[in-house]
Amino acid sequence: MIQLKVNGAARQFDGDPEMPLLWYLRDVLDMTGTKYGCGMGLCGACTVHLDGAAARSCSTSMKDAAGKSVTTIEGLAAHGDHPVQQAWKSNNVPQCGYCQSGQIMQAVALLKDKPKPTDHDIDEIMQGNICRCGTYQRIRQAIKQAAGVKA
Amino acid sequence: MNTIQIVSRRGFLERFVSAGALIIGAPVLDRALGAAEVDNASFHPSVYLGIEPNGTVVIIAHRSEMGTGIRSVLPMIAADELDADWKRCKVEQAIGDPKYGDQNTDGSCSITNFHTAFREAGATARTMLESAAASKWNVPAAECHVKLHEVVHAPSGRKAGFGELAALAAAQPVPKKEDLKFKSPSEYRYIGKDMPIIDLDDLCTGRGKFGIDAKMPGMVYASIEHPPVFGGKLVSVDDAEARKMRGVQQTVTMDGLKLPYGFQPLGGVAVIADNTWTAMQARKKLKIEWDLGPNAAYESEAYKKQLLDTARKPGKVVRNAGDVDAEFAHASKVHEASYYVPLLAHAPMEPPAAVAEFKDGKVVAYAAVQDPQAAQDIVSKTLGIDKKDVTCHVTLLGGGFGRKSKPDYVAEAALLSKKIGKPVKVTWSREDDLHFDYYHSVAGMYMKAATDAKGRPTAWLQRSVFPSIGNMFAPNADYAAGFEMEMGWINVPYEIANQRAENGPVKNHVRIGWLRSVSNIYHAFAVQSFTDELAAAANRDRVEYMLDLLGESRKMNMKEDGPHLAKAGDKMDQFPLDTGRWRRVIELAAERSGWANKKSSPGHGFGIASHWSFNTYVAAVVEVEVDQRGQLHIQRVDIAADPGRIINPDRVNAQFEGAAVFGTSLTLMGEITAMDGKIQQSNFHNYPVARMSEAPLKTHVHIVASNETPAGVGEPGVPVMAPAICNAIFAATGKRIRELPVKKTKLV
Repeated sequence: MIQLKVNGAARQFDGDPEMPLLWYLRDVLDMTGTKYGCGMGLCGACTVHLDGAAARSCSTSMKDAAGKSVTTIEGLAAHGDHPVQQAWKSNNVPQCGYCQSGQIMQAVALLKDKPKPTDHDIDEIMQGNICRCGTYQRIRQAIKQAAGVKA
Repeated sequence: MNTIQIVSRRGFLERFVSAGALIIGAPVLDRALGAAEVDNASFHPSVYLGIEPNGTVVIIAHRSEMGTGIRSVLPMIAADELDADWKRCKVEQAIGDPKYGDQNTDGSCSITNFHTAFREAGATARTMLESAAASKWNVPAAECHVKLHEVVHAPSGRKAGFGELAALAAAQPVPKKEDLKFKSPSEYRYIGKDMPIIDLDDLCTGRGKFGIDAKMPGMVYASIEHPPVFGGKLVSVDDAEARKMRGVQQTVTMDGLKLPYGFQPLGGVAVIADNTWTAMQARKKLKIEWDLGPNAAYESEAYKKQLLDTARKPGKVVRNAGDVDAEFAHASKVHEASYYVPLLAHAPMEPPAAVAEFKDGKVVAYAAVQDPQAAQDIVSKTLGIDKKDVTCHVTLLGGGFGRKSKPDYVAEAALLSKKIGKPVKVTWSREDDLHFDYYHSVAGMYMKAATDAKGRPTAWLQRSVFPSIGNMFAPNADYAAGFEMEMGWINVPYEIANQRAENGPVKNHVRIGWLRSVSNIYHAFAVQSFTDELAAAANRDRVEYMLDLLGESRKMNMKEDGPHLAKAGDKMDQFPLDTGRWRRVIELAAERSGWANKKSSPGHGFGIASHWSFNTYVAAVVEVEVDQRGQLHIQRVDIAADPGRIINPDRVNAQFEGAAVFGTSLTLMGEITAMDGKIQQSNFHNYPVARMSEAPLKTHVHIVASNETPAGVGEPGVPVMAPAICNAIFAATGKRIRELPVKKTKLV
C-alpha cells in the first residue's frame, strides 16, 4: 500500500506501483488539471510539485511518489489566486490553455529557486515546458511580473 | 432565412433557457447565394440568444474553442449590440446541430462569417425589449432605450431589467432586419477592447475541461494499436499476455478503413482497461500480424526526389497570363530554384481524445472537436445509425490546428462502446498522434524567372507538386484541389506581363489533411524565398523590390486572370485581392522594425516576407543571429497585418504572436518522414517543436486600423514565417535555405 499526500490530503494507493503519478491523479483521483502531453517528460504539461520541487508526473511512478507530498494546480492556491496565477491572468497568457497548468507549476518552482530570474534563468527552466499555441512571450512577461522584475 | 424569427423554445435550447425566456434566432449570412448553394446548410447558419426571467443573457457559442478566444469573442459581439452587462451573460457551448449552420471551426472564418449574425441577434433582442418596455409603460418606443442590462424611459425616469421584460418582449413583433439599428463604434462597450476570455480563470487553475478530461459514469479506458502503415489491415492478434495484466478488461478488434479515408477510424486492436495507463501498457503486449497494404514501400527520400523531379516537368496550368515560354526563349538572364517542405504533424498539446456511450441505438459523446457535426456524421456512418441519434458535446480543445476537425477518434470511442456495451474513453498517446496524423502535405516547388536589366521579372513560372487533401474525399486525387491552388499559388499579385502557375501530379501514401494555414505554407515559402533570391541577384533592397513587383495599388479579381478555381465560402467579389493593402503591411512592417536603418552583417541578418491568406494581408520582418557554432537565434519579429475590422485586439495580437512560434517550429525543426511506409517520428524528442529558448525572443504585432470586413487572424501569421526566417538567414550567412526544416542545413 502506497501512502502519499495530495494537496494536503492523505491518500492510499494499492494499484500497480509502476503506474505514473499522472494517471493516478487523472484517472483515480479525477484531478484532471494535470495534463498528459508526451508520457516521456519531454513537454512539461504534467508538471506538479513533489515535496515542493517541480516534477514530471508522467515519469514519476507511484512507488517514487510514496511518502511524498504532491501539489497539483488544483492545490496551488485555495482560490486560484497564487501570485503566478494572478500574473498569468493579468497578461492573458493562455490561448488553448492545455499546457498552462504545467507552465504555472514550473514557473512557481522557478521563482522559489530564483526569486528575481534573468531571461537566461527563465529560458533554462521553462524550456522544458512546451506551448504549441506559442504563448512563451507572455509566459516570460508574467513570470517577470510575478517576480517584480523589469520586463 | 433572411428574417429574424422567434423560434420555438422546445428542443435543444431547453437545456439552457428556462420558461418565460425570450429567445432570438438569427440567420447568419446575408450573402447573395447562388441557387446551387442555397441547399447547402453550411451557408445558412443560425445563432441563438436567450434572456432568462432572472435577467441572465444566454448566448450560444457554436464554434469550438481551441485557443483563439472565439467562444468568448463572438458572444461578446451580441452582448455589446444588446448593451448587456457582460457579467450577466452566460456562454453555453453548442452541441453539434445543423441548425447552427457551419460549425467547422476552421479556415479562420468564424468572425468573418458570423459577426453580422451576432450583431443582429443582439440588436433584435434590444429592439424587442424596448418595445416591451414601451407597451408596459404605454409610452412611445422611441423614448425607451436599453442601457446596460436595463430599459430606461428617460422622460419619466422609469427603468426595467431584462428579466422583468423578457416574457413581454417575446410577444413583441420581430423587427425586420433592414429596420435594425446598430450601435456606432463609439458606443461599443466590449468590441475593440482587450476583454479577457471567459475561460481565463479555469485555464489558470486547472478547472478547464478538455476532451481528455471528459468522463461518463461507468466508463472504461481504451488505447488502440492502429495498423502501422496507412491502409494496412489486421491479420491476427494474440492478446493472451495483454489480458493477463491487472486492470485489463478485454481487447476489441476494429475493421480497417476503406478509401477514400475521410474521417473513418483507422481500425486495429483496442485494449480496454480500468485506466489509461494500463490500457497503454497492455497494448505493448499484443502480438499482432498485419497486412501492411499498398503503402508499405513509401519512403520519404525517394518521394522527395519524385516531387522535385515532377516539379521540373510541365504540369497542369492553373493560371496563365502572357507567354512565359516566348519570354524565356529570348531572355538574357534566367533564374531557377527548387524548394521543398516536408510532411508536418499538428501535434496539439492535447492528443485526440473522446468519450462516447452507445445506448438504446443512440450515441452521446464528449469530445475535443473542431467540428461536432462532422463527428455526428462519421459516428453515424461508422455505427450505421441516424445522424440525429448522435449527440456530440464539445469540450475545450487543447489545441487543434486542423487536426481536430477530423473526428476519427470520436468514431473509435462510439464504435468501441457499441461493441462492449459501456461508455468508452479513447485517448491517443503522443506516439499515436504523430504516427497516425492527417499530415500537412509534403511539397516540392520549382520556380523560374527571366529578369530585365534592373532585375525585375519579365516572365515568371511556378510549379508545385504535393499530395492533395482531395485524397481524403476522393481516392487518387493526383492533382491539387481548387482551394489548395487558391492558397497562395494562383493569386501571386505581382505585376509581371508573363506569368504561369502550374500543378503537377503525385500519388498519396499517408493521410493528408489541413494544418494551420494549409497550402499557404509551402507556396509562400517558394514565392517569397524566390522573390528574395531575385532581389539579391539584382542587389536591390528587399522592401523596395517587393513593392516594385506588387506595382500600383489595385484590386485583383483572379476570375479574369486564367482559370478560377472556386473555393466554397470565399468570394473573390467579396474579398478581391487589394495590392494597396498588401503594400501597406509591407510598409508598416518595414517602418516599425526600423528596416531602413537596419543593415545585415555576418552572423546578424534581417529578412522580410509578405503573404495574403484567409483574406488577411501580412508582412513580417525577422531579425536573426547565427552564432559561431551555427546556432540560430530569432531576436525579434515584427508582424504587420491587415485583417480588416477586429473585435478583440488582445486576442488578435495573441494569434499573431502564436503564429510566429508555430511558423518558427515548422521552419527550423518540423519534419515527418516515412520509411517502409511507417512514420519515423514518435514524440517530441524526434518531432521537436519550438521551446521558449528557440522561439522568437520578442514578437511585435502591428495591426492596420481598418474598416474593411473582418477577415482571418488564426492562420495568416504562419505562412510568412518560413520565408522571412530563411531570408534573414541568407542575409546573415549567405546560405540560401531551399529545403525545410532549417536544421538539416549547417549554417556555418
